[in-house]
Amino acid sequence: MLAAPASAQETFKLGIVTFLSGPAADSFGVPARNGAQFVIDQLNKGSVPSPYEKVGFGGMKIEPVIIDENGGATKQVQELRNLYQRDNVDVVLGYISSGDCLAVAPIAEELKKMLVLMDCGTPRIFEEAKYNYVFRTAAHATMDNVGLVRYMKAKNVKMDTLSAINQDYAWGQDSRADFVAAAQQLYPNVKVQTDLLPKFGAGQYGTEISALVGAGSDVVYSSLWGGDLQAFILQSAPRGLPKRSQLVFSAADHVLPPLGDKMPDGTILGARGAYGLMSQKSPLNDWLFKGYEAVNGVYPVQAAYRITQSILGLKAAVEKAMIKNGGKKPSTDELVAAMTGLEWPSPGGLIQMKLADGHQAIQPIAISRTKYNPDLKRVDLVDIQYFAAECVNPPPGVKSIDWIKGGMQGAKCN
Amino acid sequence: MNFFLTIILDGLIQASWLFIVALGLTLVFGVLKILNIAHGSFYALGAYIAATAVTVVAARGLPPSVGFVAMLLSVALIASAVGLLLERGLLKMFYGRDEVVLLLVTYAVFLILEDVTKLIWGVNPIYATQPYELFGNLEFAGLYYVGYDLVLIPISAVVGFAIWFGLNRTVIGKIVLAVIHNEEMSVSMGVRVNRVYAIAFAFGVLLAALAGALTAPKISMQPGLSSDVIILSFAIVVIGGLGSVEGAAVGAILVGLARAASVHLMPQAELFMIYLIMAAVLMFRPEGLFKRETARRI
Repeated sequence: MLAAPASAQETFKLGIVTFLSGPAADSFGVPARNGAQFVIDQLNKGSVPSPYEKVGFGGMKIEPVIIDENGGATKQVQELRNLYQRDNVDVVLGYISSGDCLAVAPIAEELKKMLVLMDCGTPRIFEEAKYNYVFRTAAHATMDNVGLVRYMKAKNVKMDTLSAINQDYAWGQDSRADFVAAAQQLYPNVKVQTDLLPKFGAGQYGTEISALVGAGSDVVYSSLWGGDLQAFILQSAPRGLPKRSQLVFSAADHVLPPLGDKMPDGTILGARGAYGLMSQKSPLNDWLFKGYEAVNGVYPVQAAYRITQSILGLKAAVEKAMIKNGGKKPSTDELVAAMTGLEWPSPGGLIQMKLADGHQAIQPIAISRTKYNPDLKRVDLVDIQYFAAECVNPPPGVKSIDWIKGGMQGAKCN
Repeated sequence: MNFFLTIILDGLIQASWLFIVALGLTLVFGVLKILNIAHGSFYALGAYIAATAVTVVAARGLPPSVGFVAMLLSVALIASAVGLLLERGLLKMFYGRDEVVLLLVTYAVFLILEDVTKLIWGVNPIYATQPYELFGNLEFAGLYYVGYDLVLIPISAVVGFAIWFGLNRTVIGKIVLAVIHNEEMSVSMGVRVNRVYAIAFAFGVLLAALAGALTAPKISMQPGLSSDVIILSFAIVVIGGLGSVEGAAVGAILVGLARAASVHLMPQAELFMIYLIMAAVLMFRPEGLFKRETARRI
C-alpha cells in the first residue's frame, strides 16, 4: 500500500468490533461502543484535551464501522476478513473475548493488515506467538491478579486459606493460575481449599456457594464478570459468604452500577486498570469521565476506558507516522512502525508498548474496596492503592506465569 | 454428616427447578410424541415474563409477595396462550409426518422465540430479585440457605404430584393416557384427540415457563438462557425414560445430587458427571429408568 497525501476530505476508516449482543454486551461491549462513539465524535470535533487537540487522526476525520463481536470465533474470523477486504477499513480495533483475540490475530497477520486489540485478558496472545501487524493496547490479566495480591499484602489482609471460583474457559483459567501463583509468592503458607470452575454462563451457584461457605477460607477469589458475577453476588450475599470470607474480584467495577446496595461493603476489587471510580484526576480523565457521563447518564467503567486508550494510541501512532512521512496518510507498514514501542497518555494513565517487541502494552492499575454511599445511592470505591505498570506486569521477554513463579523478579514498585 | 446433608439439600434445590422443566418436556413427548427443542425457549419466556411482572409490581411500590403472585399469574396466562396458539396454529399441521419434521419445526420455533425475546427484552441482562428475599434465610446443616431456594423443593413436589394425580387418578387423565396408549382406539371411543393434544402441549409450555418464573428472581435473564436448560432437561428425561413422570422426578434428583456431590467432592468433573450418569443408565436400560408400558397391538 502506498502512502497518499492526506487531505481535509480524506477519512480514516476504522473497523470497531465489540459485543453489541450476548452476555458480554451489557458489561463490556455496549460501554465500549459508547466510549468509542464519544471519543470519535470528540476527536472529529477537535474537542479532546492535550495532546490530542488535532481533529480526527492527523486532520483526517474518523469514519467508524461498528461490528458485533457476538457469535463465536469462526464468525469473527469471517467478519475480520469482510472488514478489511469488503469494507476496506484502514485498521480494525476492538475485541473483548480472549477466544476471539486468539482467533483473529493470525488472520490479520496473514492479510498483512493492522489489528489493534483493545482488551482480551489472556497473556497467551503474544506469549505463544509473534506478530508484526497485531498490537494490544491494554495490559493482560497478569496485572489484575498480581495487583490484587500486592494490594492484599500491603493492606495486611489475612490469607492463610484461599478458595476460588472462576469460569471454565481461557479467561477464568488463566486468571486463576496467575492469582494462585502470585498468592503463593507473597503468602508462602497459603493453602488452596475449594477450587471451582463452573461453566461459562452457569447462572445458578447455590451448590458452589455451599462449598465456598463450608470451606470457610480467609479469601474467596473470583474473575467472574457480567451477569455471572452479578448472579453470584446476589446469591452469595444472603448466604453469608461475604461475612465468612474476604471477597476478592479481579474485574468487577462494571457490576457496581447495576448492583448498587446489593454489593457487599469491603469487597476488594480491580477494574483492569486505574479506571472509572479509581481513576486519577487529570484533564484527560476529567474529559472522559464527565463527558461520557453527560452523554450516557452513567459513569464510564473499564471497557469505555480501554477503547478510549486504544483509539488515542492509534491516533498517536497515525500522527507520529505522518510527521515522519511528510503529512501523508500513513501506509500500514508506516503505521505498524509508529505503533511499535509507542507510549501515550490516556485517561487511565501512561500506556507503554513495552512487551512482545513493542506490541503488548503495560499500564498502571488501581485496587480498592467497596463502600455503599446511601446519599449518592451508588457504590463508592475507597482505600484505593495505585501500582506502577512495572510493579504488576512482567518484564519483556519473560512469560507471565514464569515471572510470577520466579518471585516477580525485576518488579519496580516505588 | 453435615457435609452429606449439604450435598443432599443442594442437590434437591437443583433438582426442584430441573424437575419442573423436565416434567413439561416429558409430558409433551408422552402425549404428542414430539421431542420439543423449543421447550428451553418457553423456560426463558417464563423467566422474562416473570421478571417483567415483578418489575412492574415493584415500580408501583407494592410488596415482593404481590410480585411473586403476579409473576406466577402472568406466566400461567401468557404461557398457556402461547402454548395453545403454537399447537393449534403450527404444530397440528405437521401431525402424522415424520418425527424429524416435527423436531425441525420445534427447532425453528426455538430460533424464532430466541429472537422474539431479544426483540422484546433486549440483549442486556434483566434482574427481578425482589421475591428472592421473600422467605428470609434459614440455617441448615451449619449453613445459611435462602428460604426461597428451599421453598422451591415443596413447590416442585406439589407440581409433580398434581401432574401425576391428574394423569392417573382423574377422568381427564385417563383419557390422556388412553390417547397415549392408542390414539386410533381413543378416537373410535369418541375422544377428541386434538383437544387432548392442545391441552397437553399448553401444559408442557406452562411447566417450562413456571420453572423459568420460579428461577427468575435468583438469576440474570439474558440471551442464551434457553439452550443450557434444554440440554439439561433432555438429559433428565433420557435418564428417567421419555414420557415418564416418575422418570423425570428420579432423573432430576439424580442429576441434582450428582452435580452437588461433584461440586463438593470433585469440582473438575462437574460437567462430565451428568453425561456419565446418562451413559451408565443407557448402558443397562437403553430406554431409561422408567420405560413406559405400551400395549401390544394385534
